[in-house]
Amino acid sequence: MTSFSGWQMPLRYASETAEHLAVRRAAGLFDLSHMGEIAVAGPGAGAALDYALVGNLSALRPGRARYTMICAEDGGVLDDLVVYRLDEDEFLVIANAANTDVVFSSVRDRASGHDARVTDATGDYALVAIQGPEAAGILAPLAGGLDLDAIRYYAGAFGEVAGRRAWVARTGYTGEDGFEVFCRPEDAVPIWDALASGGAGADSGAGLVPAGLAARDTLRLEAGMPLYGNELGRDVTPFEAGLGRVVKFDKPGEFVGREALAARAASGPVLRLAGLTVQSRRIARHGYPVLADGKTCGTVTSGAPSPTLGVPIAMAYLEPGADGDDRVLAVGIRGAEVPVQLTDLPFYRRRH
Amino acid sequence: MSVPADLRYTPEHEWVSIDGSTASIGITEYAAQQLGDVVYISLPAAGASVTAGEPCGEVESVKSVSDLYSPVDGEVVEVNGELEDDPSLVNAEPYAAGWMFRVRVAQDGNGELALPADLLSAAEYEELTKSAG
Repeated sequence: MTSFSGWQMPLRYASETAEHLAVRRAAGLFDLSHMGEIAVAGPGAGAALDYALVGNLSALRPGRARYTMICAEDGGVLDDLVVYRLDEDEFLVIANAANTDVVFSSVRDRASGHDARVTDATGDYALVAIQGPEAAGILAPLAGGLDLDAIRYYAGAFGEVAGRRAWVARTGYTGEDGFEVFCRPEDAVPIWDALASGGAGADSGAGLVPAGLAARDTLRLEAGMPLYGNELGRDVTPFEAGLGRVVKFDKPGEFVGREALAARAASGPVLRLAGLTVQSRRIARHGYPVLADGKTCGTVTSGAPSPTLGVPIAMAYLEPGADGDDRVLAVGIRGAEVPVQLTDLPFYRRRH
Repeated sequence: MSVPADLRYTPEHEWVSIDGSTASIGITEYAAQQLGDVVYISLPAAGASVTAGEPCGEVESVKSVSDLYSPVDGEVVEVNGELEDDPSLVNAEPYAAGWMFRVRVAQDGNGELALPADLLSAAEYEELTKSAG
């Protein structure tokens, strides 16, 4: 167990490598109840979110989800978010646990003047995620009133799981197909137990296993997904992270950060987020320097062994020109220069 | 969790097995479980001299890097080369195939093994891991 943004969470249930591979090959079950849920409701909810966030949420259709961000006036990222439009006048904003308070107060302040109510609903929801190629097959027999095939990627619907009412969304943070089940806190254990026992026999091989934070981190890293605090923070805009597409300049009305973000879009990012493959068993970790011909040219943001590729991988912010043609890149790992290779992101893309 | 009775231990979670003047050294099952999956181990070279309580290598897991301490004074006579290819042996068999290095233990003026006085018994070590939660 580990302390994580005020929550006690399992880093691993058994072996994080086995948990990672189970998600790639069969399925994993995650307790993500630490995530923040901010409800935005009312006739002006879409317009309020258009102003508060960088995305065009008023254009989101009910039953769909969108990956987006909330930025400061200077364009720095306050958090990355998934927003669900539960109904015409009802949105649910999912924030990272450490940022829930900032996201809630920012959205609430920015929504003033709009016909929308903003509430921190984190305590009203538990979140159980089932991820992996077998996820749909395990969830389907337990899902009442839901046609999972009709729930496309980045969509969701209300229904029942193990007889308990839930918002079931085809979203995740692993690079696999899978679902996130938002339910009342008191329903989380029965839903978890039903999924766990329903999945025990899946895929003749590994089957479903519970998976902890360590596997969640290596899964998202292989999938090239950013983590707030590592790839994202107040000191970067979405453009540095290669995610400038989330900023919708052509949406109706103003939004917080527009001016700074437009300037950054025009000038180009200050740094570039790159993928690295380490030519050693040693791990290039968060904060380690990236070196070109012995000189620091960047910083590792995340690093871990890749169970799927069998080598350590990392993401790093590189200065412009760091990856010039004939430059040999290395990472300084506690005094040793370990060679690394630039690698296109994502490191892993599912085939099905 | 296993704490073999015939081994000695350090508060830094190494185990020591003494056979004649040779000490075999590894990390405990408790340590391996706390670290999670071990992915890289840096060991002292054969011939190197090591000092009790001083770092002589590193154990790297998915989530952390930890110093490896020598529990005894002496000269490294052998290292477990298998761990280079398969560091997960430390998780699978911490007291057997996951051993790390062997040291010819220094002797005192009377020709006796100069073992540090603060090595723990199995019971003492088990107590320590319990109080650590």
